[in-house]
Amino acid sequence: MFLVNYIKEIFGALKSLMVGMRRTLFYFTNHKQIITEQYPDNRATLKLADRFKGEVVMPHDENNEHRCTGCTACELACPNGTIKVVTKFDITPEGKKKKAIDKLVYHLELCTMCNLCITACPSDAIVMAQTFEHSVFDRNQLTKVLNKEGSKIMEGIE
Amino acid sequence: MIETVGSTADGDLIINIGPQHPATHGVLHLVVTLHGETIKKVEPHLGYIHRSIEKMCESLTYRQYIYVTSRMDYLSSHINNHACSLIVEKGLQIEVPPRAQVIRVLMDELTRIASHELWWGAMAMDLGAFTPFFHAFREREVINDIMEETCGARLTMNYLLPGGVLDDIHPNFQRKVKDFIKLFKSKIDEYDEMVTGNIIFQSRMKDVGYISAADAISFGCSGPTLRGSGVSCDVRKIYPYEIYDKLDFEEVLESGGDSFARYMVRIREMKQSIRIIEQLIDNIPEGEFQAKTKAVLKLPKGEFYQRVETARGEFGIYIVSEGGTTPYRIKFRSPGFSNLSALDHMARGGKIGDLVAMMGTLDLVIPDIDR
Repeated sequence: MFLVNYIKEIFGALKSLMVGMRRTLFYFTNHKQIITEQYPDNRATLKLADRFKGEVVMPHDENNEHRCTGCTACELACPNGTIKVVTKFDITPEGKKKKAIDKLVYHLELCTMCNLCITACPSDAIVMAQTFEHSVFDRNQLTKVLNKEGSKIMEGIE
Repeated sequence: MIETVGSTADGDLIINIGPQHPATHGVLHLVVTLHGETIKKVEPHLGYIHRSIEKMCESLTYRQYIYVTSRMDYLSSHINNHACSLIVEKGLQIEVPPRAQVIRVLMDELTRIASHELWWGAMAMDLGAFTPFFHAFREREVINDIMEETCGARLTMNYLLPGGVLDDIHPNFQRKVKDFIKLFKSKIDEYDEMVTGNIIFQSRMKDVGYISAADAISFGCSGPTLRGSGVSCDVRKIYPYEIYDKLDFEEVLESGGDSFARYMVRIREMKQSIRIIEQLIDNIPEGEFQAKTKAVLKLPKGEFYQRVETARGEFGIYIVSEGGTTPYRIKFRSPGFSNLSALDHMARGGKIGDLVAMMGTLDLVIPDIDR
């Protein structure tokens, strides 16, 4: 009886190995199943999801105008101190002082892409961009000023 | 201090495994006392990835601290975030809209499957089988793509806010999840073919790393580790949160108590998660995905506790609030820490070659242990 069980076990073991190898062989010969993406060769066609959180950017329109009022809601919402808003006072044509942003400094190296600044922004001035190739040789390059040179706030945004 | 070099008075050898060792899946340092090939003692050395997350949370507001908890158990980050949201909602008595609840549970279960997939691949790789790793990642990739589309990130999603979810589900979400269910059901049998039925795998798993139910309870194990010893401990069943009490699913129990039982619990749990997703995916109620909350959240003075079932076990958050915008003291009960403490008991008397297999079945995530 012992011998029968012993031989049965050997054949059972061989069968289990064959079953596993059959599956391996199937994928070895069946090339349709290959799903590897050939990055970076597919860069031209690679498209990330619309909501992918890559980095924070500030969209500008064709007149070099943005929507940021300098309310610092994003700075307060950020858990890591990634955003620093530097404000200045513009003189309006009526001669009044008006608060505006001088610089919106964004530290990409500190950012964890948690999206809290985007949800906090009352005027939708900042959005997440779908970029992801962020590696640079010098970490200073990761500190970015989001508003462009000479840009100003759009009409009608308070 | 633990002696980490040399040998003991009895002539037993002290061997260090880790902190930089591929089999420990992270910076875990095990000091193993060996008598020949037999393990006499296993002492885990912690602290290599301690980031003082509990202390950090004390300076963050109740919206901000959620993102930090993704960095603890990064494989079930969504479930950690879930616990954080639930405790704030409990404290402030925020009604979460039904749509948000269903989305949260769907995401929880997808995360659980993704986590178990990765565990399955890594587990097989610990035992020397390399192919299963790629097979597991093939299916996990589909889940990651779903997450990327709806949440905007693949691993640390940060999709939850107190009161709901950050954004509505993507229009493609339902179709893609249904495609995934169909794909996964055809692939889960392949897992059994390749690994579960394999004779080498079975003889390395069965009767190895045994822990009895009483011992597992006394070590504070939870999740699949405890359920592998036949103790019912699923938080989703015992202390249901969100809509889990209305769902029809089984709590997976195995009575073996050895490595193979813990393996089978996780494999069967994946099937149960699919069952939950199938029930919900066509029944997402219409409505708001976020409750209206105040701009500044302040928990009332007092103590709060909330537990959830992550892929590894019971995850608990304890908050002491002084009534301010930040927690006064926060404590996380992470499943990995307690499960690791049982490793010494399991491994004693076993062979050194089986230690990695036992560690694999505990499904350790080191940042979760150290915090």
